[in-house]
Amino acid sequence: MTAASLTGADAQAEVPLKRRLKRAERARQIKALALVLPLLLFLLFTFAGPIAGMLWRSVDDREVRQVLPQTVAVLANWDGKDLPDEKAYAALASDILAGRASGTVAIAAKRLNYALNGFRTILTSTARNLKAVPEPGTAKETLSKINPAWRERTTWTTIKDASGPMTGFYLLAALDLTRNVDGAIVAASPDQAIYRSVFARTFIISLSVTALCLILGFPVAYLLATLPPGRSNLLMIFVLLPFWTSLLVRTCAWIVLLQSNGVVNDSLHWLGIIDEPLRLIYNRFGVCVAMTHVLLPFMILPLYSSMKAISPAYMRAAASLGAPPVTAFLRIYLPQTLPGIGAGSLLVFILALGYYITPALVGGAADQMISYFIALYTTETANWGLASALGAVLLLVTLLLALVYGKLVHGQQVTGGMKN
Amino acid sequence: MSDNPSLRTPSQRIAWIATIVISTLVFIFLIAPILAIMPLSFSSGSYLTYPLPGLSLRWYDDFINSPRWMTSLKNSMIIGVASTLLSMLLGTLAALGLAQWKSRFKPLVLAFVLSPVVVPGVITAVGLYFFFAPIGLTGSYLGLILAHTALATPFVVITVGATLQSFDTNLARAAASLGASPLYAFRRVILPLILPGLASGALFAFATSFDEVVIVLFMAGPEQRTLPREMFSGIRENISPTITAAAVILTTVSVILLATLEGLRRRNERLKGSSA
Repeated sequence: MTAASLTGADAQAEVPLKRRLKRAERARQIKALALVLPLLLFLLFTFAGPIAGMLWRSVDDREVRQVLPQTVAVLANWDGKDLPDEKAYAALASDILAGRASGTVAIAAKRLNYALNGFRTILTSTARNLKAVPEPGTAKETLSKINPAWRERTTWTTIKDASGPMTGFYLLAALDLTRNVDGAIVAASPDQAIYRSVFARTFIISLSVTALCLILGFPVAYLLATLPPGRSNLLMIFVLLPFWTSLLVRTCAWIVLLQSNGVVNDSLHWLGIIDEPLRLIYNRFGVCVAMTHVLLPFMILPLYSSMKAISPAYMRAAASLGAPPVTAFLRIYLPQTLPGIGAGSLLVFILALGYYITPALVGGAADQMISYFIALYTTETANWGLASALGAVLLLVTLLLALVYGKLVHGQQVTGGMKN
Repeated sequence: MSDNPSLRTPSQRIAWIATIVISTLVFIFLIAPILAIMPLSFSSGSYLTYPLPGLSLRWYDDFINSPRWMTSLKNSMIIGVASTLLSMLLGTLAALGLAQWKSRFKPLVLAFVLSPVVVPGVITAVGLYFFFAPIGLTGSYLGLILAHTALATPFVVITVGATLQSFDTNLARAAASLGASPLYAFRRVILPLILPGLASGALFAFATSFDEVVIVLFMAGPEQRTLPREMFSGIRENISPTITAAAVILTTVSVILLATLEGLRRRNERLKGSSA
């Protein structure tokens, strides 16, 4: 056999082998995907689906078109400039009578009342006083006699705006915006415009807690990263024990410590420092203290990992080159901890944004964050559209920050710093 | 610490002492509240103040004899164990799959799998409340177990995934070349090596469920109230010393979990050290 024919045979054998390997690799990939698939389907059902449902609810608007179908159909052709014509009044009268019979007027009344305060009364009084289908041509007069609001253009534009099936109403409301009678987006009336200040408050509390965590966490992380492993492992328990202790236990502990006849006030009184108990809880101070306590480990652990990775040789080199300690720290050490500072701060800030339990238990009425209002509108007042819209805004902000976090820790030990 | 290079000048020494002092204060801040509440649970009086009028176990007695507290403890256990098992199954399979899967979509899938950790609890809870109510899963154990599994599984994927990353795949190949069937190789070679990772994952999963309260607030009926949920209403109404007894019991569980995890970590480090 010549060398040439040998390589030729090799080349022939190589093709099927290559194909076989490729096929085996593809089978491996399919098998790998099949292992991940159960979890993906599970999360689709228990996580992504529910959240998508919530997002959909923030734009879903079908109550009015279900209760007042004929009115909605007629108003679709109305330009909204003047009062609608007799046809719309007749449709409304017929819808209201049908709604009264099936007991659904209250559903539309509730929805319309969100958009225009007092609409509930307009609709229920009309439903109560409308005796029968008005004679042809008299619907406008009949309805306007029952309630003069039917002579207002705003009443009708409100119905038209709420005709659905989708609306930006709740999302606008979550940002203190609304549509005026001409359909332009304007600022909401002051008594309804509270959410921007709630978002601002949520940001301010989260920022303060993040700053406190950074100030308190930096020296601790530095100490833990500098000490020999035996000692730092021992001290690490002080960070990990609170981390693993139930949130409720820690919140409960702060109430016991800070309440007016609590341990701190009693001690200060006993020491003669104060005469009257200080107000330390059920206010902003209590919220910040308790939240800092809960979130501090989330700052210390990423900071610790990033500091642990800094070789002491850098500082020695800086010193040997004549840098004063402060300069060496500011110019050599601190810049290398920046990724850790960024990751820890973002993590704490993201977690703080969504806090509900701690502010609900140790905060006053003026310290409730956005999550409190989402919960309130879901379970208490059942304004699900608004709850979902506020949730959508919070989710958007959280995911954007998480994206930045992901970019920041990309390449770093993502999982190592999180827990353990 | 005499070899610590940062201790050469007086100013460095001062900075180091300041670090120690500040850190000590922070450690006190972190630990003191948890420690301060413990003795109160052994008080014989019913006020949550020091000095204690005397020592007694009456509040633990109260806890054990209260059907409300005991039911909540039982519920926490049922939901915690069930969601741990389910999240272990789903999370371990997914981690095994993700370790082998090569695709440009992998970061996206990973981000999706881990997202339940990042999304605020209230949002998940509200979404589940709307989604589960029409299909009868609110006010049921199953609904809570499913929800807690969704929250806990990311931790299993992270811990088991980290263990698999350090796993030497040549060992599996060696087993196969020596004639072991894939199942046998998994049972005798892979499983023993990733077992500590699995155990840590299970601990994280259990702790996640055991500590969760927001979803329980939205979804649990009176029958499914868990220990944190009972504490939440207890704190809302008025803090009786029985709550401090419950807090001590919860903290004991946390300490056991933490100690087990620390033990696993040490064992792992020892194994790594001996193989190097």
